[in-house]
Amino acid sequence: MLLSAYDWISGLTDTLAFHDLHFMLLLVAAWMILGLAGFLRPHSIRFVARMLFPIGALVCLSVAILAGVFLGSGQGPQIVVLPLGLPDLPFHIRLDVLSSFFLLLLGVAGAGISTFAAGYFRTGEGTAPALLGLQYHLFLASMAMVILADDAYLFMVAWETMALTSYFLVTSHHRIPEIRRAGFLYLIMAHVGAVCILLSFGVLQGGSWQFTFDAMRGAPLTPFWATTAFLLALLGFGAKAGLVPMHVWLPEAHPAAPSPVSAMMSGLMLKTAIYGMLRISFDLLDIRFWQWGVLLLVLGLFSALFGAIFAAVQTDMKRLLAYSSIENVGLIFTGIGLAILFETSNMHLFAALALTAALVHSLNHALFKSLLFLTTGSVLHATKQRSLGKLGGLIRRMPWVATLALIGTLSIAGLPPLNGFVSEWLLLQSFLFTPQLPHAFLNMLIPLGAAALALTVALAAYVMVKFYGVIFLGQPREASLVNAHDANWLERLGLIWLAAGCILIGALPQLALRAVAPVTGKLLGDTVRPSSTVWWIAPIAQEQASYSGLILLAGIFSVVAVTFVCVRLLAHGRIRRTDTWDCGYPWQTSRMQDTAEGFGQPIRHMFGTFFRIERNLPSASDTAPRYRIYIEDRLWRAIYLPIARGVQKLADGIGFLQGGRLAIYLLYSFLTLLGLLVFVL
Amino acid sequence: MRAISFVRQFVEVVLAIVIAPLFAGWIAQCRAWLHNRSAPPLLQPYRMLRKLFFKDVALATDASALFRATPYVLFGTMVLAAAIIPSLVTDLPLARVADSIALVGLFATARVFLSLAAMDIGTAFGTLGARREMMVGFLAEPALLMVLFNAFLLYGSTSLPSLVDGYRTHPSVIDPSVIFAAVAFVMVALAENARIPIDNPSTHLELTMIHEAMLLEYSARHLALVEWASSLKLFNYACIGFALFLPWGIATHGADGAGAFVVAIAALIGKLVIAGAALALIESLSAKLRIFRAPEYLAMAFLLAVLGLLVHLLLGA
Repeated sequence: MLLSAYDWISGLTDTLAFHDLHFMLLLVAAWMILGLAGFLRPHSIRFVARMLFPIGALVCLSVAILAGVFLGSGQGPQIVVLPLGLPDLPFHIRLDVLSSFFLLLLGVAGAGISTFAAGYFRTGEGTAPALLGLQYHLFLASMAMVILADDAYLFMVAWETMALTSYFLVTSHHRIPEIRRAGFLYLIMAHVGAVCILLSFGVLQGGSWQFTFDAMRGAPLTPFWATTAFLLALLGFGAKAGLVPMHVWLPEAHPAAPSPVSAMMSGLMLKTAIYGMLRISFDLLDIRFWQWGVLLLVLGLFSALFGAIFAAVQTDMKRLLAYSSIENVGLIFTGIGLAILFETSNMHLFAALALTAALVHSLNHALFKSLLFLTTGSVLHATKQRSLGKLGGLIRRMPWVATLALIGTLSIAGLPPLNGFVSEWLLLQSFLFTPQLPHAFLNMLIPLGAAALALTVALAAYVMVKFYGVIFLGQPREASLVNAHDANWLERLGLIWLAAGCILIGALPQLALRAVAPVTGKLLGDTVRPSSTVWWIAPIAQEQASYSGLILLAGIFSVVAVTFVCVRLLAHGRIRRTDTWDCGYPWQTSRMQDTAEGFGQPIRHMFGTFFRIERNLPSASDTAPRYRIYIEDRLWRAIYLPIARGVQKLADGIGFLQGGRLAIYLLYSFLTLLGLLVFVL
Repeated sequence: MRAISFVRQFVEVVLAIVIAPLFAGWIAQCRAWLHNRSAPPLLQPYRMLRKLFFKDVALATDASALFRATPYVLFGTMVLAAAIIPSLVTDLPLARVADSIALVGLFATARVFLSLAAMDIGTAFGTLGARREMMVGFLAEPALLMVLFNAFLLYGSTSLPSLVDGYRTHPSVIDPSVIFAAVAFVMVALAENARIPIDNPSTHLELTMIHEAMLLEYSARHLALVEWASSLKLFNYACIGFALFLPWGIATHGADGAGAFVVAIAALIGKLVIAGAALALIESLSAKLRIFRAPEYLAMAFLLAVLGLLVHLLLGA
């Protein structure tokens, strides 16, 4: 072991070939050191948050730059074998285009989140500052290692570290019972998923008992075993990504965590699941079947619609965003499913378009979902309220947060000229080519898929109007809200970084396309057409479809400016401030606005079959009338409670074995030995 | 890119801005005749705008910057949309900026801004209007996208100028799916422009109003801009409909000299006159739906469009 370490170092000094991957590993190590450094002054929030977190943000930025440079340089994969891990299974680490794209995503969004977190954490957040810093930075490092791992063993170690550190971060406020419960649910789901991934790797090695990814790439698999591996991976990564019906933990755990952690989980951790899915289905498996694509497409579209519908009826701002994450993950999986469908029909260009849509949407989602989760953090600090029913009117108290949240809201609602629209446009474009697929029956069904996608995209706008309108607009619904304060400068900086990313990709989508092109080129052997000019993107052909975020943005701004100047010059600028008119009704109160429940009412009305609704209506003679409505996920009762009851029953059944008497236990041992002897002889 | 195409682009945008209130005035006139009332003059919308521009803005004390910026954003997005839609010529420099899907997105941007502005002051009517508008919007948008998908299947493009060019080079295509798509499009256009049977532009009845509920707090120049943007939106929808279903007269790529341009203007005005009268007739003949029935109406439009797609695929297969 020591000898090989020595060889490794001397090999390095010999050649001095210190390439990108080594720098990447040093950056990952820097996160770990930052995490440990907090213990120098374990109770000082000033030291841990205000000093170490900004350094962590710089490390994130370096990771992003390094990954971006690697993507741009067009180099082949770089491999390092670290003399760590099991005796004959050292850590294999590899940097290729797929992993560098996801590292770029991790770094860019992580830089914003860490900067925000530096200003966000206060004393008394539940966990001691140093511990929080350790968990946070280990979480970042483990996500990077998941992406860099090149053997199943290191992958699983990093995956588990990621699950555990995020579990501890979720339960930061562990004195609150609901948060402990949410954390427990998350832990169970994370481990069910991990077992599935482990089994999938077990199938992928294909009898060679080699657990490096290189060995798996070459392993010959029959269609049956390939499908088994794919389905196990789908279960495992789907559970992490929050694909319906494995989504139940997500709306519980994401809101429970402190907001920067929610942002990391929604914005970044879900993407490691996307990464894993892509790695297994496009890299490790060398055959694919169109049925897989259909499965992903159906699951993805259903998750997207499901998430959007549930987001529309939420009354807790962070739960609303968590359901919206399910929606976005659904869209990403839809893109991957389409890519598999096209790829198995030998339409590589269209497959590249669909995969481009999925990858660009991953990047976009990392930016705008982190941004929105962080703004909820600022709102939470300023108002101590998470319930939408107790917020309102914050645009006047928190102008910075409100403006930046507006950018996030418009992005996630998929409106041009911001970034959310770009990926939705790409996804709709790739749907347009599905009639060319050589499956007659599928061609009939896919218009329905496109329709479901269009409905989801439009519903997302509804959800986000609700989110923004109820929190930031209107009258404050509680008297205490007038004391709300704006975010501090570090928080603002983090938010501005993410919002700038949303605007940049919206205005110059060709940047995102360029980052994705090497990945689709590597996985599918084709890329969407690079734009001939800097002005617009035309992924397939100019006369088919083109889009220019930059000109659209400039166009809107210039028309608005010209209109404004014209109105001022030709008319006048007089303004008289008066009371609200509201059709002459002078007794307006803040309780007359729509509540969050009220705004979601049309959705509840239309999609009633999705929900289990309990409604208590007061009777006419009630002296203290109370109207209560309780909305639940049907799947919870249909799937999870029966499973939980079954496990409980099984445990009760086995429980009689445990008499608690030593003699009985010795008897068991004796019988087991006897049984084994019989077996051996 | 020739300079002349920029000139045409400019003329088209200016014409759209100018004609849009006239189109609204023409519909109001037709409606009045059909109702046996004496009609307002054609230029009434202009008088209205002039009056509004010179009044003082009465702004609620609680209004934020978002509320004040929204009329400009609405007007800006609608003007930009008018620049992208080939109402006169297909050789538009700006048309490549956004295809029809992006156009739908642009309309969605305007809708979201108006809904947010309606929620800004926090009145009961404003939020109610915003909620209903978003409800109608999220149901109408997929139906409109399906109509555009149908056009894509016929002509292989989502760019409206390419569609018109494609139609003019293969005029023999009369696909039955077009009829489904056209009906669906008219239904969506009625709903999106706050016309009967979804909304009534001429009442302020709180039980039913959608669009007007959102504008209640606007006054003077802000109101003028919002109203102008609304009439531009109606004009834009009409022009999308012409480009998709009645592309005759639009000067196509390569055949767009001065003569063709004049013909295009005449054709556009002719089509608008007929479309306005037809719209007034539809509005006069139908009753306004209860708000709870609006989803059914829009679901029907949506299903018609999807049926159109299926018909096309079945016949094509």
